[in-house]
Amino acid sequence: MTSTNYILKAEGINKSFGAVIAANDININIQSGEKVSLIGSNGAGKTTFMNMVTGYLKPDTGSIIFENEDITQLNPRNITQKGISRSFQIPQIFEPMTAWENLLVALGTSQENHSFFKSARSKENSEYIDEILNRFSLNEFAHRQVSELPGGVRKLLDIAMALVRKPKILLLDEPTSGVGSEEKYPLMDTIAKALSGENLTVIFVEHDMDIVQNYSDRIIAFYSGSVIADGNSKEVLGDSKVKEYVTGKTQLKVN
Amino acid sequence: MTHKFYNNLIVQSIFLMSVLIIVGLFIPNWLVFVITKAIAYGLVALGIVTLMRGGLVSFGQGFVFAIGGYTAGLLGTQAGLTDAVLLLFISFLFTGFVGLIFGPLLARYRDIFFAMLSLAFSMVLYGVLIKIDAIGGSDGFVLPESTYFGILPSSDYADYALYVVSIILTGIVSVLLRYYYNSTPGLIALAVRENELRVEYLGASAFRVTVLNFTIAAGLGGMGGALNGIALGHIDPEFSYWTTSGEFVFISILAGYLSVPAVFLAALLLELVRSFSGRYFPDTWQLILGVFLILSIIYIPTGIGSFFKKFMDKLNKKKNE
Repeated sequence: MTSTNYILKAEGINKSFGAVIAANDININIQSGEKVSLIGSNGAGKTTFMNMVTGYLKPDTGSIIFENEDITQLNPRNITQKGISRSFQIPQIFEPMTAWENLLVALGTSQENHSFFKSARSKENSEYIDEILNRFSLNEFAHRQVSELPGGVRKLLDIAMALVRKPKILLLDEPTSGVGSEEKYPLMDTIAKALSGENLTVIFVEHDMDIVQNYSDRIIAFYSGSVIADGNSKEVLGDSKVKEYVTGKTQLKVN
Repeated sequence: MTHKFYNNLIVQSIFLMSVLIIVGLFIPNWLVFVITKAIAYGLVALGIVTLMRGGLVSFGQGFVFAIGGYTAGLLGTQAGLTDAVLLLFISFLFTGFVGLIFGPLLARYRDIFFAMLSLAFSMVLYGVLIKIDAIGGSDGFVLPESTYFGILPSSDYADYALYVVSIILTGIVSVLLRYYYNSTPGLIALAVRENELRVEYLGASAFRVTVLNFTIAAGLGGMGGALNGIALGHIDPEFSYWTTSGEFVFISILAGYLSVPAVFLAALLLELVRSFSGRYFPDTWQLILGVFLILSIIYIPTGIGSFFKKFMDKLNKKKNE
């Protein structure tokens, strides 16, 4: 496989916050269309990796290549414009607006030629937003103020907003965190259904190993800023280091 | 928002402008003057409201108010340009350009830092203006009488002529701003107010939107300054003084950011309170004004505009039913 097959490459990424090593020589190659989950305990470096891919943090050394272009030093806005979108662990939505208006803003930001004399609420925009709402089963919440919406719906809206721009890579930071256990699977089913049919590369951070197994083609396990395992669910979840440091199915060694 | 909405908006604005122009013929001259001044202040406050939609408040709109006023004044005295419409238009363009230069500097700051930096600019300008004797120093200077498309109205109709121009101007500005507020950049400005980080992660620039809003606010402030200068027939450094900027903030708070007409109504209320309290309580009119502001903040925290919005929402709901 040549390097051109990879949509995203992280090469020799290092990042420290003072004495804390958040990324230690990270090398990850991701193919187009892959569904990749990042696992690891809190502070393992998953979100730091995600923040570096989306430009919020800059690596101390190393580079991030997206479609053969070095995006390491670009800011979040430029990276988003290139085709990498993300959702957040705590949904970053515009509280006083309705769900429909949130999507309208997301759509508006993706349109290059803004006219001051053309209403953002055009017919074509409205139709596209209705389509997105439908894909995420959000129709009934469309005209409700988002501050009134339940947690799972807010999560879906956050992801829908990231998807409006039609990105090539979508990063989801803990899509099921803060959602009740009985709601997790319906939520993930809705997300999977909404994302199906597109050759979208999805990278998501998740703590629930059942969800990880069911919804990803590949798992990358982090521990203390390093990648300790990378492969399919059988390989990774069966790995002794992963069992020891991530899934906690064996006793942690204490010095 | 459909074409029908905008067509209705334009028709309603033309109707309202016509009514106000006719009403102006029958109201006393002092009230014509007060309304013209209220419009001048309302234009500046409309600029602040535009900034408020993006989550910022400028404490220093006196800066552009003075630049607009002095631009019109100097063009009148030095270049012999006396056409009111032309002076207002040039002042709008020039201060808009000034806004475009200062905007990128100010747009780096948020909250109180933005407010205080804008105030600092206005006070620096005030300090400069009072020191330049060539343009009247602290006394300012008198503007020549204004003409309208080459016609110099008689003194009986001079105020009315400016009143008509200001009403038409207000109508045009209000409709254009409504277009802007409903456009994508206008909507992004509202999003910036709520969550700037998310706006960046959606691929838009909060910085650019802020610069755009500041440029619009500067243009409107300059136009307001020119209108005020022409109405008074005099311009002085007080235009840039912090208390003048405070009055614009007062109007913006009273109006809220939900409605354009509310801004002009709030400006008119301020002018009327000022006129009456100045007349009946000459030594304590600031006290009256202060009490008025306190009551406004307590009882209508979202501004007069919230009443307008509620009314329009009810109207739309009835229409849909």
